[in-house]
Amino acid sequence: MDNKRKYVIPGDLVTTGPFRPEQNVVLEGNRIIATAIGISEIYDDAVKVIPLTGKYIPKINDLVIGKVVSHSSLSWELDINSCYVGFLPATDVFGRDFSAHADELTSKLRTGDLVAARIANFDRTRDPLLTIADRDLGKIDSGDLVKISPSKVPRLIGKRGTMIQTIEMATNAAITIGQNGWVVVSCEDPEGLLKAKKAIQMVDEQAHVANLTDQVKEMLEKKGES
Amino acid sequence: MGGRESELVLLDENGIRCDGRKVDEPRRIMIKAGGLKNADGSAYIEFGDNKILVGVFGPRDVHPKHMSNTDTGILRVRYHMEPFSVTERKNPAPSRREIEISKVIKEALEPAVMLDKFPRTAVDVFIEVLQADGGTRCAALSAASVALADAGIPMRDLVAACAAGKVADTVILDVNNEEDQAGQADMPIGYMPNLEKITLLQLDGVLTPEEYKKCVETGINGCKIVYDLQKKALHDKYFGNGGD
Repeated sequence: MDNKRKYVIPGDLVTTGPFRPEQNVVLEGNRIIATAIGISEIYDDAVKVIPLTGKYIPKINDLVIGKVVSHSSLSWELDINSCYVGFLPATDVFGRDFSAHADELTSKLRTGDLVAARIANFDRTRDPLLTIADRDLGKIDSGDLVKISPSKVPRLIGKRGTMIQTIEMATNAAITIGQNGWVVVSCEDPEGLLKAKKAIQMVDEQAHVANLTDQVKEMLEKKGES
Repeated sequence: MGGRESELVLLDENGIRCDGRKVDEPRRIMIKAGGLKNADGSAYIEFGDNKILVGVFGPRDVHPKHMSNTDTGILRVRYHMEPFSVTERKNPAPSRREIEISKVIKEALEPAVMLDKFPRTAVDVFIEVLQADGGTRCAALSAASVALADAGIPMRDLVAACAAGKVADTVILDVNNEEDQAGQADMPIGYMPNLEKITLLQLDGVLTPEEYKKCVETGINGCKIVYDLQKKALHDKYFGNGGD
């Protein structure tokens, strides 16, 4: 498995032969070529490149954190750190008996508010449609926003959530990670908040380092003693 | 051109050019990926005495809206020379030459970038020439493709560029400013090394069919040298020294 992993840049040949091209690769004849800077992976019959850079591309069912930028009488527009603006319809927030005359949108969400939302629908013809109708979704009342590169979100979560659990347990902070690279950290203890933010930034900067979970753990414990 | 042709020897009897290079030797090239914090991707290139900085934004919203395309993303390129990039102050307003080079670079990058995944968006490439010494369009194109890769724009291949030309009836690689002014021909070439496809080819001057073929060949060899450096720049930024 590990010997099939390779560092690639656009144009590099990943492999040749009958493989299924998945994300960030193209098929040219029988050659599979990388289209992004990243790490190539070959498993079973598929080939993909895990990107190390790039903007967030919305995917259905992703949890994202958005910031309200404006609203009309029927919907809000959210900045979701992507090339498209997120579209949150008022009926999603007020329920089905929403009336454009009776309900004032600003009573629920104002410009500048942070919202945890899920992407309900997205295709290439329309802007992503958001929903907050689920557990743990909706307006975020407290916490600090940390911005990291969207391509490093999987690293921050870690294998089966190990990295994020390490940080949460060491600092007692509650961390909400949006797939779009925006992370909200809230913690009662101001020192824990600072430490958690520092740990997240450390993951963002040193995502390529092996054994990062242990290093983060070490950093968190060292600060705790002093 | 001035009156310097008389005293300038472009190619001496030992096959050494006016700046001490051999006929098939490029100038010193240094490429660095990244470096600008606010741009989504960036690159800096030193190509002999050329110094060029490139910043890339996007994919992002298109303004003005009517330029957007519902089928695909669009690529926009601005090539700009600083007023201090040449010996005599250059007016910072875009000149006819800069508009042409912007268009030529855009069209040389288009076969490489794959923007069909980002409909209704734009990718903006800003090229700033800090210091010019002949062959800026090739250097700018090479740096722009590194900056696009740094921004994570999907690309089929990098575009490497280098010029070839003719001075004193000899085909040479990487034409510098003096050779461009007093030489017989200048041929900038943009090339995708893995796909083996040419994306830019211009020619200023007169060549015989044989010289033309030799020129293209020489230029492509130059592009391969540039490509190795582009590759190194990206490996240095993303994989550190441990990259394979």
